[in-house]
Amino acid sequence: MIGIPLTHILIFSLLLFAIGIYGALVRRNIIGILISIELILNAANINLIAFSKYTSPSPEMGQIFAIFVIAIAATSAAVGLAIVLALYRVRKTVYTDEVNLLKW
Amino acid sequence: MGAIESLRYFVPELILLGGAFAAFTLDFFLKQKKIVGEFAIFVIALAISFVEAPVKPLPLFSGMFYMDPFAHFFRYLALGAVAVTLLVSLGYGPLKKRYAGEFYGLFLLMAFALILVAAANNLLMIFLAVEFVSLLSYLLVGFLKDDPRSKEAAIKYLLFGTVCSGIMLYGMSLLYGAAGSIDLLTIGDVLFHPSMKPLAAAAVLFFFAGLGFKISMAPFHMWAPDVYEGAPTPVTAFLTVAPKALGFAVLMRVLGLTFWNYAPVWSPILVILSILTMTVGNITAVSQTNIKRFLAYSSIAQAGYILMGLAVFSQLGDESVLIYLLVYLLTNLGAFAAVTLVGEATQSDSLDAYAGLSERSPVTAAMLAVFLLSLAGIPPLAGFIGKYYVFAAAIQVNFITLVVVAAVNSIVAAYYYFRIIRLMYLVPASGPAFTAPSKALTAALWLMFAGVLALGIFPGFFLTRILG
Repeated sequence: MIGIPLTHILIFSLLLFAIGIYGALVRRNIIGILISIELILNAANINLIAFSKYTSPSPEMGQIFAIFVIAIAATSAAVGLAIVLALYRVRKTVYTDEVNLLKW
Repeated sequence: MGAIESLRYFVPELILLGGAFAAFTLDFFLKQKKIVGEFAIFVIALAISFVEAPVKPLPLFSGMFYMDPFAHFFRYLALGAVAVTLLVSLGYGPLKKRYAGEFYGLFLLMAFALILVAAANNLLMIFLAVEFVSLLSYLLVGFLKDDPRSKEAAIKYLLFGTVCSGIMLYGMSLLYGAAGSIDLLTIGDVLFHPSMKPLAAAAVLFFFAGLGFKISMAPFHMWAPDVYEGAPTPVTAFLTVAPKALGFAVLMRVLGLTFWNYAPVWSPILVILSILTMTVGNITAVSQTNIKRFLAYSSIAQAGYILMGLAVFSQLGDESVLIYLLVYLLTNLGAFAAVTLVGEATQSDSLDAYAGLSERSPVTAAMLAVFLLSLAGIPPLAGFIGKYYVFAAAIQVNFITLVVVAAVNSIVAAYYYFRIIRLMYLVPASGPAFTAPSKALTAALWLMFAGVLALGIFPGFFLTRILG
């Protein structure tokens, strides 16, 4: 069987991770930042699955890990969106630079 | 040890979990939310009474958790912190509304999560437990529904926290790839091979990002002042001590079990970060005008001192971290209990509210002064014992630069702690005397006061008991 080499998958996941970090740093919209965070978590997921397929002596561990990460990503998105909604109700904004009551 | 067999040793945690859901259920039926709070304190007391010291380290749930004296120490720390926070929140005004019942239930879940953090023994459990604590903290920070500052604090905390734990997760995935296992010890064995050095160095940095956020270590401390200022005061009190202590616990476990072979790599990094953390915290604290923000920066500085103990990586260093964490927990919870009391009486967190506090409420002023002196590390208070051990650990391994910087920092810190004390005692009062505060809040204040004095005056007696 000719598969995709492991290095390619790792480079792909690294790119995804970098895009996620970049998005989290430069996005103004809080929803956009939450999506970037999902990218970071999924980059890690791709790593876990790739390693469990190619190198690991105990492949099931990586897969279980990935499932837990998906669950955690879902819960943090739920909590995140709930807080964004609550913030929107009191401040009428979802832009990070307009959320500026607390500083120095 | 299998799952069923492990349950025997997991009784306090099961009580907490059951208690949390019972609290949520009680919340449905009770109009008087205070009772839910009292029930929560009762659950914590029940859990504490069932805690038994492990005779030998127990690998619970097929080695997922490791209940050793180390985890046992943090079990008491977590339960104590949650109990005192609950006492403080019973006397906290803005909570007396519809949602207060959930607040207490979430704190019980928090106690459960914190114990899991201390006992977690593999990458998956560390990630899950740390995320569990984080998610609960985001909710608690944003708990005041109508307060825009509380909401802002929550969103800042959430964005910072999830990015940092995402980075840590990426590091974990690389470690899993290298070792083919998620067990900390097994990974440590694999990393022993010299060819693993670049990967190990990268993984350590990923861990520093994730856990450095939790302990508010210098480049990852930006969230702390905003979150601590915006959160409800009891939650701030809790966040400055418990998640921080548990962050240190995980960091110690990971560095000690997995990266012990790479101490020459991470030890200098930690020394630099420790210096950076305490300097940033102390210098910025000087110019603050809000007491919660002021204590936030002071708590960043304290994290810098605790990092010293971690950086030296010796037996004494590890013990000094535990001692400092205990001392810091008593002192900071006490200080925040006093802040809650003053905040309740004056409806203000500004430093101006503290002018002439010695006339308006002599007992509170005296206790807050003791807590601040303890934070500054003045003998014979508990804070001095903590600083003494950390400094001793650093001198023992000849980290002289670190000790000198820390000593200079302590002097800066003493300046701003004394500024508050001057404000309380030498500036004339701006308002009438306080009416009697709530009993629970007073109890929390006296408890912490007694703890600070007792640990300061009889350190040997308590420390041998705690550390065995």
